[in-house]
Amino acid sequence: MTYSTKAAPSLRDAILRSGLRDDMTISFHHHLREGDRVLNAVLGECSAAGLKNLTVNASAIMGCHRPILDFVRDGTVGSIECNFMHAQVGQAISRGILEREVIFRSHGGRPAAMDRGESHIDVAFIAASAADTAGNCNGKEGKAAFGSIGYAMPDAAHARHVIVVTDQLFEYPLIDASISEESVDTVVVIDSIGDPERIMSGTTRVTRDPIGLLIAEQAAKAISASGLLRDGFTFQTGAGGTSLAVAQYLGELMRAKGITGRFASGGITGLLVQLLREGLFEVLLDVQCFDREAVQSIAEDGRHGEISATRYASPAAKSAVVDQLDVVILGATEIDTDFNVNVHTDSNGVIMGGSGGHSDTAAGAKLSIIVAPLMRARLPLIVDRVGTISTPGEDIDLLVTQYGLACHPGRAELARKLKGAGLPVVPIQDLKAKAESITGVPVRSVHKGRPVARVISRDGALLDTIAMIDN
Amino acid sequence: MRKKLMKKARAGTLESGDVLVTIEPGDSLDIQLTSPVINQFGEAIRRSVHEVIDSFGVTSGTITLEDQGALECTIRARLMTAIRRSLEGEEGVSQ
Repeated sequence: MTYSTKAAPSLRDAILRSGLRDDMTISFHHHLREGDRVLNAVLGECSAAGLKNLTVNASAIMGCHRPILDFVRDGTVGSIECNFMHAQVGQAISRGILEREVIFRSHGGRPAAMDRGESHIDVAFIAASAADTAGNCNGKEGKAAFGSIGYAMPDAAHARHVIVVTDQLFEYPLIDASISEESVDTVVVIDSIGDPERIMSGTTRVTRDPIGLLIAEQAAKAISASGLLRDGFTFQTGAGGTSLAVAQYLGELMRAKGITGRFASGGITGLLVQLLREGLFEVLLDVQCFDREAVQSIAEDGRHGEISATRYASPAAKSAVVDQLDVVILGATEIDTDFNVNVHTDSNGVIMGGSGGHSDTAAGAKLSIIVAPLMRARLPLIVDRVGTISTPGEDIDLLVTQYGLACHPGRAELARKLKGAGLPVVPIQDLKAKAESITGVPVRSVHKGRPVARVISRDGALLDTIAMIDN
Repeated sequence: MRKKLMKKARAGTLESGDVLVTIEPGDSLDIQLTSPVINQFGEAIRRSVHEVIDSFGVTSGTITLEDQGALECTIRARLMTAIRRSLEGEEGVSQ
């Protein structure tokens, strides 16, 4: 077979040619975030072809993927596995639309499950903004450029059949092949793989909320006081407004002290690109671009490198970036007095998120910091037991709120350093009591419905289950 | 002393952390509550509402609370203001 035979005339033809049958597993990546059109288009074709009971294994199910619910109803989709699920789909799952339990993994746990042979992909659909006729492809060039294609790399390596879906064909050979022809079976051109303008969804700007800024400033001071902020510092932060504000304050501290960090990793935003350009970090390691500045930078700047999900966070890899991290900044919808963190379900037990890289980076980093307001409207952050364990408490070192900081009980040395720097460190129980003195004590609802989802730890063990809700 | 609501009145906003209270005169007491924290604080909010209306001697009327996760002190303050506006015939301004 020569490479020219890889071209399929249509998405339907590509699917038929792959040998996809009922009960098989298809995979997707979510770098186009809320702008992705590939997952819905593929499921539409699968449904039209009469395929049934497929397992969708996606790095994330976004809000734009809510048509997946129609394909659950018509029997095309029988199972979902993902690292994150948007509330618009999560609500239906929590109400029991799927008979089989959703499997939640982390960004590192997903490729690890493939490496260990626990997760098998029959056909991978790889959305690429640039591809040649042999399937060399990337997300950096083309009209729908989205940057790093890191989450799709393990799919390309492991799937029995790999289909590259693009909307811009380049002449062979595409030089910068993030995924190379050696693993690609079929290339298909469609009108549009998605809208890159909708990559930046949710909050990817530094918060202007004074409480968020206060929390971020305290977190930056804690990083400084921990002793980890020195030349060669390595750092990851999420794209939430408060997490980004930590990066901004940290940048100020590094500037003032003349400290140069070695790398920042993870999902990359324009703010981290600015820190790179200013020389405050030497390298960016990028598994996913969160905004246009990051997409542009990864295409142009040799110091801004693309990494696979495996290299980023897999515990089955021979080594991974997360294990080189000094500090990670993470969010939480709930945290309990044992420091377990929930980012999967809301206060009513409804699915609205997922680990992403939360549990991977928390396990890898020397200092894992949760930044969150002590209450959101009337809901306290700290509970006796989180609704869902997304990240085990043993991997969390520090909680930073606007009313004070709490160290994991096993981190006496950290607590001593922070107190020495004048930071208000208190037991987490005190912060919980403080919140409840303001909000009142919330009634905890216990859900006794059948399980609708299983949360799998990055090591492949069952971490928690999520129960069906009644209303 | 029993008091009768005189006219429709409102207090509060629909901002997060606030509550919009709307009061209308009526022959029987009807409390309508919507809240994102109804599972956690629904009973507590109803208790607060009853305590406030009892303290004014109000026994009838339709009281609608569109809660956005307001603290108890906020709910009490907005409700008291709405009741006063209704009793005094003052214009309810939803600011």
